[in-house]
Amino acid sequence: MATLERAFYSPVGRAVAKRAGVPTATTLRRGRIWPKGSIVLAPLGSTSLGRDALVILGRAFDAPVLDLPFSDNASSTPPGYGAPVGAIVLDATSVNTIAGLEGLRAALRPAVRSLEASGRVVILARASGDTWEAAAVTRALDGITRTIGKELRYGATANLIYVADAATAGDVASTLCFLLQGRSAFVDGQSWRVGAAGVEPKAIDSPLEGRVIVVTGAARGIGASISRTLARDGATIVAVDMPAAGEALAAVANEVGGTSLHLDITAPDAGVRIAAHIAGRGQRLYGVVHNAGITRDKMLANIDAARWASVLDVNLAAQMRINDVLLADTPGGLERGGRIVGIASTSGLAGNKGQTNYAASKAGVAGLVIAMAPDLAARGITVNAVAPGFIETDMTARIPFVQREIFRRTNSLAQGGSPDDVAETIGYLLDPASASVTGQVIRVCGQNIVGA
Amino acid sequence: MSRDAVVIGGNRIPFAKAGGPYAEASNHDLLTAALDGLVARFGLSGQRVGEVAGGAVLKHSRDFNLTREAVLSSALAPETPTCDLQQACGTGLEATIYIANKIRLGQIASGIAAGVDSASDAPIAVSDPLRRILLRAQSARSARDRFAALARIRPSYLAPAAPRVVEPRSGMSMGQHQARTTAAWGITRQAQDELAVASHRHLAAAWEDGFFDDLVTPYMGVTKDAILRPDTSEEKLASLKPAFGGPEGTMTAGNSTALSDGAAAVFLADADWAREHHLPALARVVDAEVAAIDHASGADLLLAPVAATGRILERQGLTLDDIDLVEIHEAFASTVLATLAAWESDAYCSGVGLHGAIGSLDRNRLNVAGSSLAVGHPFAATGARIVPTLAKLLHARGPGTRGLISVCAAGGLGVVAILEAV
Repeated sequence: MATLERAFYSPVGRAVAKRAGVPTATTLRRGRIWPKGSIVLAPLGSTSLGRDALVILGRAFDAPVLDLPFSDNASSTPPGYGAPVGAIVLDATSVNTIAGLEGLRAALRPAVRSLEASGRVVILARASGDTWEAAAVTRALDGITRTIGKELRYGATANLIYVADAATAGDVASTLCFLLQGRSAFVDGQSWRVGAAGVEPKAIDSPLEGRVIVVTGAARGIGASISRTLARDGATIVAVDMPAAGEALAAVANEVGGTSLHLDITAPDAGVRIAAHIAGRGQRLYGVVHNAGITRDKMLANIDAARWASVLDVNLAAQMRINDVLLADTPGGLERGGRIVGIASTSGLAGNKGQTNYAASKAGVAGLVIAMAPDLAARGITVNAVAPGFIETDMTARIPFVQREIFRRTNSLAQGGSPDDVAETIGYLLDPASASVTGQVIRVCGQNIVGA
Repeated sequence: MSRDAVVIGGNRIPFAKAGGPYAEASNHDLLTAALDGLVARFGLSGQRVGEVAGGAVLKHSRDFNLTREAVLSSALAPETPTCDLQQACGTGLEATIYIANKIRLGQIASGIAAGVDSASDAPIAVSDPLRRILLRAQSARSARDRFAALARIRPSYLAPAAPRVVEPRSGMSMGQHQARTTAAWGITRQAQDELAVASHRHLAAAWEDGFFDDLVTPYMGVTKDAILRPDTSEEKLASLKPAFGGPEGTMTAGNSTALSDGAAAVFLADADWAREHHLPALARVVDAEVAAIDHASGADLLLAPVAATGRILERQGLTLDDIDLVEIHEAFASTVLATLAAWESDAYCSGVGLHGAIGSLDRNRLNVAGSSLAVGHPFAATGARIVPTLAKLLHARGPGTRGLISVCAAGGLGVVAILEAV
């Protein structure tokens, strides 16, 4: 299998694959990097939300080239841009009729033809419609976004932000920033909701400076990447993992200048020990990333009670017990305006053969954050989850090559995600400027064809 | 102005038998791992600590600056000064005393005391005749002279000289010395095996409780002390053949410490500084005392800590009743038992200059989280293993509780210290 994989990725193998029409994966733009080409802003109707958000982010933007209907060459070549377009932001927050969707088409058609590699299509829309037609349009925008995501090539993505009526440009800015930057490289074809939190408008590159964030399962893989990414953004990391993973954990903690806490998260006193670690160092806890998780895969026909229970306990019940402690009024507990992020999975949202226990736990995380969010809104605490798809880790490297290659390619970006892609999405949710985003489950899956 | 030196915490790697899982690792590697684990626990990455003092008993000459090199390999700031020191098996505890004293004098605000030993990385030397010939050949002026010098090499000179754990004054190994003490004090095989079993049981229970979760960081895939035998029993130990003291001897591989590889580190700081920096203090270092006895003239080689214990208690105005927990390094089970017997002996104590017997120890206060028989004994690391273990145990029992550490060492040395929970 390893030989096959080497052959497949050898120069000869690549050439053969290209001739055979197998799409080659584009190296994605990642990190806090803006699009190279210009950002095009297309406000549809009388709205300034998108414009104001871009101003907050300090980004210049261009007017769109429109493919006006009923022009002479409407069916052949539309008017074009002189240079590659980096991103197009469609402010569709005042679109509430079927006819209004034409404005979307007219702005998008020229733009998608000129979009650069790893370019972006971002659509802003209202979260709900007050008429039946408006509601239909709201959902239609989702269908449009998903379809563009599948049509775009060379690592470009399309995503949709549903904006609450009372939300300000400040509320939208962190989400727009995330989607335009390379941080959202593997987020594609997704939609989620931005609420109204009256976020003070400002754009900074180290939004987590001075904030203490606990990351469980931090010793390796996605957890280590989360720790590095959050530390890059200024966070002080408390890296938590099993005592047996201590060597790798210490290396991560030292690399990011944080502290290590060797702890089995299923221990009854896990939450108390986390709080004591924070309080004992005179720190205040800003965020928790419940990243620790395990798999014990078996078809349902073969699954025993132990495999069932251990996965549900580690992946779901443990974080609920820890949350209970950290949300109580305790030294080292979560401060006002704090952040909780859980890790769901596309396996949970869509189901995956051989993973009933895992799917239960991961779908459970999605259900949990949706339920917790409104209850904690009064304290300014946001609760969200990310749902990774196929991510290149030591764990997925053990999947047989052919199966792994299929997993890699069955998404719109034709490649597996990097642990950093998950980490960046978590970093976006942890950003103080993302106070308006809560109760959301964001898939980091390159628009995997599996699932909702 | 008086300052207190407090133990903030510690970190070690799991200890393992020499030639075992760490056979390919050097003292430098082991010490770096112990330091890095400590750095991670207390968020010291990139920080300059006042000083790191550490050492090894079995040391290559190229490792003359072992601690400095390990610090440079670690996550600590390269501006962290170091000192290599060595006091045989007392090294780890002596390093703790050294750092604590500097803190109490206000010379440093924080420091790390450490010890490491790898019987797997023992320095192998060439024989003395070979060394002399090689030196002569090197300084030879002509090829002919060089050849003449080298021609004097005999096959027997080529055998490498491994370090021997023998006393230079007596030519006897430590086990042979202790066998004499064992016989002289009438320590029975059964009592030794019982103590060994207790050590394994206590250590196993502590691991089971997660006691070591914040004291040990796994290394090279070893996640627990590898010498520990949780299922050992007096019956199993009774079947072992004597290792020291001839066919009638009572000391076996089961009630003597194994040659071990490992490293340990202790983080100490000025009490006020620790408070300001929000570092949790476990216990303060109250006092320390080192004694030596004249084993060359027949005194019990490993009982020097008795005199040190008596002197430190007298100086502090304390009695054994004021000590809540006692850690006596288990070089051999019979060393601990002979030490306890000596504490009870008016004659012995008076003989080493004390004002009568130290007293009788309630064994429930002894080595409650296991000791060297079960953990292993990488010589220089043992003191740095015991200090954080005891500090944590005392802290859990509440402020003011006291503990005494007693470590015997080669050359008839004995190192003793008292900690008090804060």
